[in-house]
Amino acid sequence: MFAEYLRQVRSVLVSLRLTVVLIALSIVLVFWATLDQVHLGVWGVQQKFFHSFFVYEGLGELRIPVFPGGYMIGGLLLVNLLSAHTYRFRVGWRKAGIWIAHAGLILLLLGELASGLLQRDYQMRLDEGETRNYSESNRRNELAITDVTDPKFDDVVAIPESILARGTVLQNPKLPFRVVPKGYVPNSEIRMRSEVPNAPPSPATAGMGPMVAVIPVEVTYKEDERNLPAAFVELVGPDGSLGTWVVSTGLGNPQRFEFAGRSWKLVMRPERHYQPFSLTLEKFSHDIYPGTDIPKNFSSRVRINPPEGGGGREVLIYMNNPLRYAGLTFYQASFEGDRTTILQVVRNPSWLVPYVSCAAIALGLVIQFLMHLAGFARGRRP
Amino acid sequence: MTRRTPLYVLLIAVVCAFSGLLHRPGGPPPAVTAFGRLPVLSEGRMKPLDSVARSTLLVIQGRQRVMTPDDREITPDEWLLDVVFLPEKADTYRVFVVDNTDLLSLIGKNDENLRIHYEKTSDQIAALVGIISSSQRRMSFNEIAPYLSQIEAQEKLADPVLPQSRTRFQAAVVQLYGNLSHYLRLRRALLPEGSKDFLGELLRLRDSLSDGVAAVRAKEAGKPYDEAKAAALIAEGQKFVGMAESTDLLAIPPDDDEADPSAWHSAGHALLETFGKGDVNPSVLAYAGMGYAWRQNQPASFEHIVRLYGTSLERRFEKQVRKTRIETVFNAAEPFYACMMVYLAAFLFAALSWLKWPEPARLSALGLVGLGWVLATAGIATRMWLEGRPPVTNLYSSALFIGWGSVALCLVLEATHRNAIGSAAAGMIGFATLLIAHHLALAGDTLEMMRAVLDSNFWLATHVVVVVTGYASTFLAGILAVIYILRGVFTRTLDKATADALARMVYGIVCFATLFSFVGTALGGIWADQSWGRFWGWDPKENGALIIVLWNALILHARWGGLVRQRGLICLAIFGNIVTSWSWFGTNMLGIGLHSYGFTEAAFWWLAAFIVSQLALIGIANMPLERWRSFRA
Repeated sequence: MFAEYLRQVRSVLVSLRLTVVLIALSIVLVFWATLDQVHLGVWGVQQKFFHSFFVYEGLGELRIPVFPGGYMIGGLLLVNLLSAHTYRFRVGWRKAGIWIAHAGLILLLLGELASGLLQRDYQMRLDEGETRNYSESNRRNELAITDVTDPKFDDVVAIPESILARGTVLQNPKLPFRVVPKGYVPNSEIRMRSEVPNAPPSPATAGMGPMVAVIPVEVTYKEDERNLPAAFVELVGPDGSLGTWVVSTGLGNPQRFEFAGRSWKLVMRPERHYQPFSLTLEKFSHDIYPGTDIPKNFSSRVRINPPEGGGGREVLIYMNNPLRYAGLTFYQASFEGDRTTILQVVRNPSWLVPYVSCAAIALGLVIQFLMHLAGFARGRRP
Repeated sequence: MTRRTPLYVLLIAVVCAFSGLLHRPGGPPPAVTAFGRLPVLSEGRMKPLDSVARSTLLVIQGRQRVMTPDDREITPDEWLLDVVFLPEKADTYRVFVVDNTDLLSLIGKNDENLRIHYEKTSDQIAALVGIISSSQRRMSFNEIAPYLSQIEAQEKLADPVLPQSRTRFQAAVVQLYGNLSHYLRLRRALLPEGSKDFLGELLRLRDSLSDGVAAVRAKEAGKPYDEAKAAALIAEGQKFVGMAESTDLLAIPPDDDEADPSAWHSAGHALLETFGKGDVNPSVLAYAGMGYAWRQNQPASFEHIVRLYGTSLERRFEKQVRKTRIETVFNAAEPFYACMMVYLAAFLFAALSWLKWPEPARLSALGLVGLGWVLATAGIATRMWLEGRPPVTNLYSSALFIGWGSVALCLVLEATHRNAIGSAAAGMIGFATLLIAHHLALAGDTLEMMRAVLDSNFWLATHVVVVVTGYASTFLAGILAVIYILRGVFTRTLDKATADALARMVYGIVCFATLFSFVGTALGGIWADQSWGRFWGWDPKENGALIIVLWNALILHARWGGLVRQRGLICLAIFGNIVTSWSWFGTNMLGIGLHSYGFTEAAFWWLAAFIVSQLALIGIANMPLERWRSFRA
């Protein structure tokens, strides 16, 4: 009985019928996700459709799974492939093409999973002559609390936005106070209180807090827009509350205060990724075609300053020619005006996988179809 | 039909195809053609004035032919000459297409005043049944001019709306406004607005220049000066500023001592340098001279000036002038138009071969497909040489290349199978892709410059060419499947052997398509990884290509698993047409992503109609076999 059941499961798992169904489902998934990009933007779509086991649709307040997501379909395809090959394993050159192509496909699926989990994207903005040793996240933000008492040295505690959103109380040995999140808005507009007379009273009591109104706005997924999250944080010392501050990436300059004989700076900013080396923008060039506003090329000449010091070396980063250095890749992404470059900084340890897997798939397909072709030529049906 | 027929058919086709190159009697005088060959810098590249005229006409009125009010047909070059030198005449030519009824009513048009009144009874009847148009859809600048301020006001309202969310009226008003400004920029390219004797003005300026400059200098230094002379000079300067600001045609070559060969100026800009240099730019004078001769209707002196100026440019810009000359010949030959007609004829002959005269008609079709393919090859090669780029650089050239690649595969099929199926498919795909290309050309210069993001000949030559070959072969499999259905259901010509042969072809082409669309997509991923740091970004166009790969993989697995047989395979291949057309055009219509170039509403309806037609074919394919004519007893 149980053996019979197992046999049935096995025959489904190894079947080509399952393969065809999974391919069909993935076509629908990709198509749907493409259409939904108009509303969600490319990042939102990836979270909703591909980096998920199920695609959820909201039915009023309820979120119900309506379709298998990328992890589900990809996972089942992997199981289907692996079990089919294990079950029907036969050594022979006639299947060599299929074998190589499928091995490549398995590698490709695993590689995409890995890059989905491991890849991190940042941006680095550099004005000509400027040097930076960190890049900033495109999407994530952090609350940075800095001890600036010593003018030569900054001591920073960075709290990820997600902790503020969850409302987790934070205590850190470097801070003489606890950080108590009191409220969080994923996207907001910050206005002066005088401009919005009937805004509700703010929970903030310190710093800029009482002067500004935080107006929640809808979360954006658009490629060219950024969410401006805001949070209210209360700082609580051993003898009670220091007050409640409002922090937001829309607020600009850090807020300063004194406590326990030290000077502090409080700011919500894009999450920073520090590197052991720094980059200096020597020159940014930007040409357009004569008589038009079509960009012809743009490029950044940067100097890499390695941690061990020394002169470093100069490299030219331009379209289709990134700089790969210390596990990071710097791409020419955009620019502002004539003197500011925007580099895309990517850390993706599995970047080589697609190259290998695609080469394997292509090779497998070529072998397989050449064998078909030979079959045609001999007048046999494939 | 006789054994020689295929040869005669081919000969006639060759003569027709090359007739575009012959100088027709009653055509424009050679000086006009020579004017069209003059190089200018426009939209970022050197091109002949002829190309400027043609692409402007395609943009504003959807065709290159211009009819004068007295019903004479003139060439694009003659039209351009009138626009730049005789604007009061050009303003009467009906070259602005307006289709939107709301927009028509905005410019005071209604069904009554748009109706064309024909003199002859035969014409009246023809108009009634729709053979010739019964109402005017093209307007002259003069007809629109009284409403310019209303159009501008409406355009200001519509412009902030995103293109994909505009209503038809908004889209139409933005387009008309764009076309009008395009026209005006051209009209002010060489002469200032309203000038009747520009040459005379320039010559007088040259004579009075030193006095005028001295007067202005004295005025600036606070010394006594000749008021009239200074004022005249300042007025001239203001006129030139106006000219420089109102055009984007860079018609004046760089000065002799200029190192940068791309430093062309507009006429106004070159004239502004007159005051510093102390002399009027000779190229501007040459154009003003041509304008004088054209206005005064002095063909001999017009020809003389054009030749003099042309020769002087040739000495300085030998290579560029050769290119612009070839481009003019290429424009006049219209190889893709000839090619389109040849493919259409090829399809008809192939169909004829199944119904009657199998061998002569089949060979005629094959000869025509071969001719069409040679023409397309020559056309694409010329474009590549002119641009210095791989074959596919934009949506227009992708249509050309899809047609070219499919037809090449069809020629292979025809060579191996000799049953006219390859020729028929070639005729259909070749004709359809060139028709699509023709409509895509209405967006403007098809040899446009590449944006920095896409500027990589290596990747254009590999990723783009391979992935477009994948599109082409997927379409070809679909078209072969369509032939299977049409012949099976509507004719008695689909016997068992033909059906098996067709199914084998479809299968083979699907294999080919899987390989090419996969490799092309993977190369695209590698390009993206090299340029933007991600192998796969779920961009709509990438997803479209991925769906094609997946669809071909689905067909193969369904076939290997025995889930479909011959008819199922055929239906899946037809659905491949839908998948490919969506990936090719549909993804661009979303208006998002890196690849979202070119969006038109008309294209959307055509795409929808195409998808419906393919679904209908799949429906027909699923009729029981006894209702198919080929299988009825």
